[in-house]
Amino acid sequence: MLDTPLARRVLLKAGGALVVTFGFAPRALDAQTARSTDKTLSADEVGGFIAIDGQGQVTLYSGKVELGTGVFTAITQIAAEELSVPLARVRTIQGDTQLTPDQGPTYASLSIQNGGTQIRRAAATAREALLDQAAGRLGVTKAELVARDGSVAVRDGSGSLSYAELVGGRQLTMKMNLAAPLKDPKVYTIVGTAVPRLDIPAKVFGTFNFVHDVKLPGMLHARMVHPGGAKAKLVSFSDAACRKIPGYLRAVRQGDFLAVVATNEWAAIRASGVIVAKWSDWAGLPEQAQLFEYVRNSKVDRSDVFQSSGDSAEALKRAGKTLQATYQLAMNTHGSIGPSCAVADFKKGQLTVWTPSQASHLLRLQLATMLQLKPENVRCIYVEGAGCYGRNGSDDCSSEAALISKAMGKPVRLQWMRQDEHGWDPKGPPVLMDYRAGVDAEGHIAAWESDIFMPERPMRRSGVTLLAAELADLPKFGPPTAPLHNIGLGVPYSLPNNKLTAHWLVDTPLPAAWIRAPGRMQNTFGNESFLDEIAAATGVDPFEIRLRYLKDPRGLELLERLRQFAKWQPRGATPRDGGPVARGRGVSYCKYELVRTYVGVVADVTVERKSSQIKVERVWVVHDCGQIINPDGLRNQIEGNVVQTVSRSLIEELTFSRSAVTSLNWGSYPILTFPNVPEVFIELIDRPAELLWGAGEPTTSVIPSAIANAVFDATGARLRSVPFRPATVLTALAAVPR
Amino acid sequence: MAMATTIKLTVNGKPQTLQVDDPSMPLLYALRDELGLHGFHFGCGLAQCGACTVHYYGEALRSCVMPVSAVAGAEIVTLEGLGTPDKPHPLQQAFIDEQAAQCGYCINGMIMQAAAFLRTTKRPTEDQVRQALAGNLCKCGTHVRILRAVMRAAEKMA
Repeated sequence: MLDTPLARRVLLKAGGALVVTFGFAPRALDAQTARSTDKTLSADEVGGFIAIDGQGQVTLYSGKVELGTGVFTAITQIAAEELSVPLARVRTIQGDTQLTPDQGPTYASLSIQNGGTQIRRAAATAREALLDQAAGRLGVTKAELVARDGSVAVRDGSGSLSYAELVGGRQLTMKMNLAAPLKDPKVYTIVGTAVPRLDIPAKVFGTFNFVHDVKLPGMLHARMVHPGGAKAKLVSFSDAACRKIPGYLRAVRQGDFLAVVATNEWAAIRASGVIVAKWSDWAGLPEQAQLFEYVRNSKVDRSDVFQSSGDSAEALKRAGKTLQATYQLAMNTHGSIGPSCAVADFKKGQLTVWTPSQASHLLRLQLATMLQLKPENVRCIYVEGAGCYGRNGSDDCSSEAALISKAMGKPVRLQWMRQDEHGWDPKGPPVLMDYRAGVDAEGHIAAWESDIFMPERPMRRSGVTLLAAELADLPKFGPPTAPLHNIGLGVPYSLPNNKLTAHWLVDTPLPAAWIRAPGRMQNTFGNESFLDEIAAATGVDPFEIRLRYLKDPRGLELLERLRQFAKWQPRGATPRDGGPVARGRGVSYCKYELVRTYVGVVADVTVERKSSQIKVERVWVVHDCGQIINPDGLRNQIEGNVVQTVSRSLIEELTFSRSAVTSLNWGSYPILTFPNVPEVFIELIDRPAELLWGAGEPTTSVIPSAIANAVFDATGARLRSVPFRPATVLTALAAVPR
Repeated sequence: MAMATTIKLTVNGKPQTLQVDDPSMPLLYALRDELGLHGFHFGCGLAQCGACTVHYYGEALRSCVMPVSAVAGAEIVTLEGLGTPDKPHPLQQAFIDEQAAQCGYCINGMIMQAAAFLRTTKRPTEDQVRQALAGNLCKCGTHVRILRAVMRAAEKMA
């Protein structure tokens, strides 16, 4: 099995290209190497993920990438642990379509859960093969051997062979063995420990190479001139003024695609400021004030029942008391702190793109379709950008860089300006939800119905259409009927007559994409707010009502621990503070997608009545994602989920005219700042013997409802529209019966 | 075509001479594209986020909006010049100790802003640190750790 010679020269050439990308940089791939190296990309072969060289150095090829979430370190930990090599002996290469297997995009909190599990199996298979090999060579049984510290040793100390000696520069061509025994978590020394993140030192010393720092010889600089209206057409342009700028080369136009190119970055920026472009009048967006009427009246493509028990319609009719409520969440931008950037090199029918995409393999197919190339003639190499929190402008910027490079016949660096990122990243779409419940004479929930209205397109696995393909009217990848992600909508409780229907909308006001916990955050906001409303209406403590309908032992344990951790005091439904600053607490819980990570939070808020300002003072989190890989990395993620979602809950809202996005910078799209950041307290439940689940999103899901429930507790005002800006809060306060 | 302008300044202790086509070009591009430094980043180009912060005679300066001509002759220090792995600034060490980064794109601004602040304010309260960093944006939500790191460094530097 270990007998195919490793094509080290080819591999090192390809791998080496990655480390000299900055400052000098590789030539674009020539036709031969672009087609293939001898390294397999198969996710069914160990060699797809792992190589061990003649010095025993391990190279890990990860399709999942570091987006600022700690995945790079965690996945390296998983591989080192399962292979029994020191962490320092593993070098990880991520998201290169020529080197790393396609493990799917880095999204949906699946990097550790799916990507890590795949890599763990590859490492276990490799370790078992090394043990077999050693048993043969040492003339002992496998049971007498132990793998440790990069060697296989006989337990009695009578002999050992290093991995370098065993592999001897050959590829690990064995198939993944799903039955390969996994290490007992009890003997873990790397997984489960707070290994410091491998990327942080370079980030604090200023030596880290972001995609913004990629340089190629002869590289040109470009800036986009995006349309004046979301779907405006380019009527004409004049770059006469640009020609006076030293270094300016030319404009690139294709349909409604317009870019300026220069030999240096500042010249490109200046040119983008003085070019005169005439765009057609277009005013197809709804009035912002009528956004949710627009959503309500949008064409429904299809409706899917996601959760159903009993007969909710009949039970609603019979219920003595009914409640109903509508919840809505505004549009968001991803708001990456660094705008998208990419470097593209199109040469002789071959395209190489250095990209911060979450999905280099998907982007490769999209770019190949757009430029009518064979996928094997496109290589996407992941390089970190600023945090993206979903499908931000990265892929669009990459597509635009590719088109400009093709037009110029030279490598091109395109960086978006702030208004491009705020204006042209695909948006987190508006979501609307209707809830109805029936309560019986004993105050128990007898019926529960929810309808969620959200766009379907960003939930499809074919991805979001590339902006360059849209603007230049080039071929677009992906059948519109590609399968949907199963995002596990529904309530995590056992309710007798329960139905959730998702209504997939054809249109969105602006192109839509996923932002952290898409659909789940919205659905959980509705679920947990409405449950809180029922608790208040029936005079039950918010914790009690959750415990009453929760049948899942892990969920029950988590809620119980949260109750103690946050020192929750039972209470009735009456607001408890009428002063100028009202204080309250709210709770929210979810089991992510109903099948994985459990998380519960308590939020403490203050509401200043005079200004209608909410401040989230403290957030208490209890989190169970099964086996924890890196507890400090996990805490970092949970803190980030909390703070970012407090920002989305209280402040963030895209604004737009009938023509275009108007919240084009941090002045018009403010986010939470230091003075208003809550304290965060976290209790982790570690279950080393259980499956490992994701943590990138679940905590996001519970934040808006915890805040809304706390505001209700403080004031009696019910917030049903995110974000909870002062005007929304004032309106809700005014509606409180006196 | 206009003649290039010569601008001299000191960056991280080294005298530098730049030839720029446009003296109104922001310092950011001079440092990144002419001198090859990249510890600081373009974030907004509007002095709203702080990702581009450098030190101008020890004070925090947003390099994305400051014309390079306006800092002619000045002493500029970037994150690369603040400290090194061998000789880290206490803030850099504290950010590592607290693991205070997610994507890390804003971290330059956090460290540089905090370094300028801690030069003049010894033993600040956490509220003072919050106020000092109020104009620095982070979208990952790393604030909790950044505050801890700055407080830790302040302790060391007091």
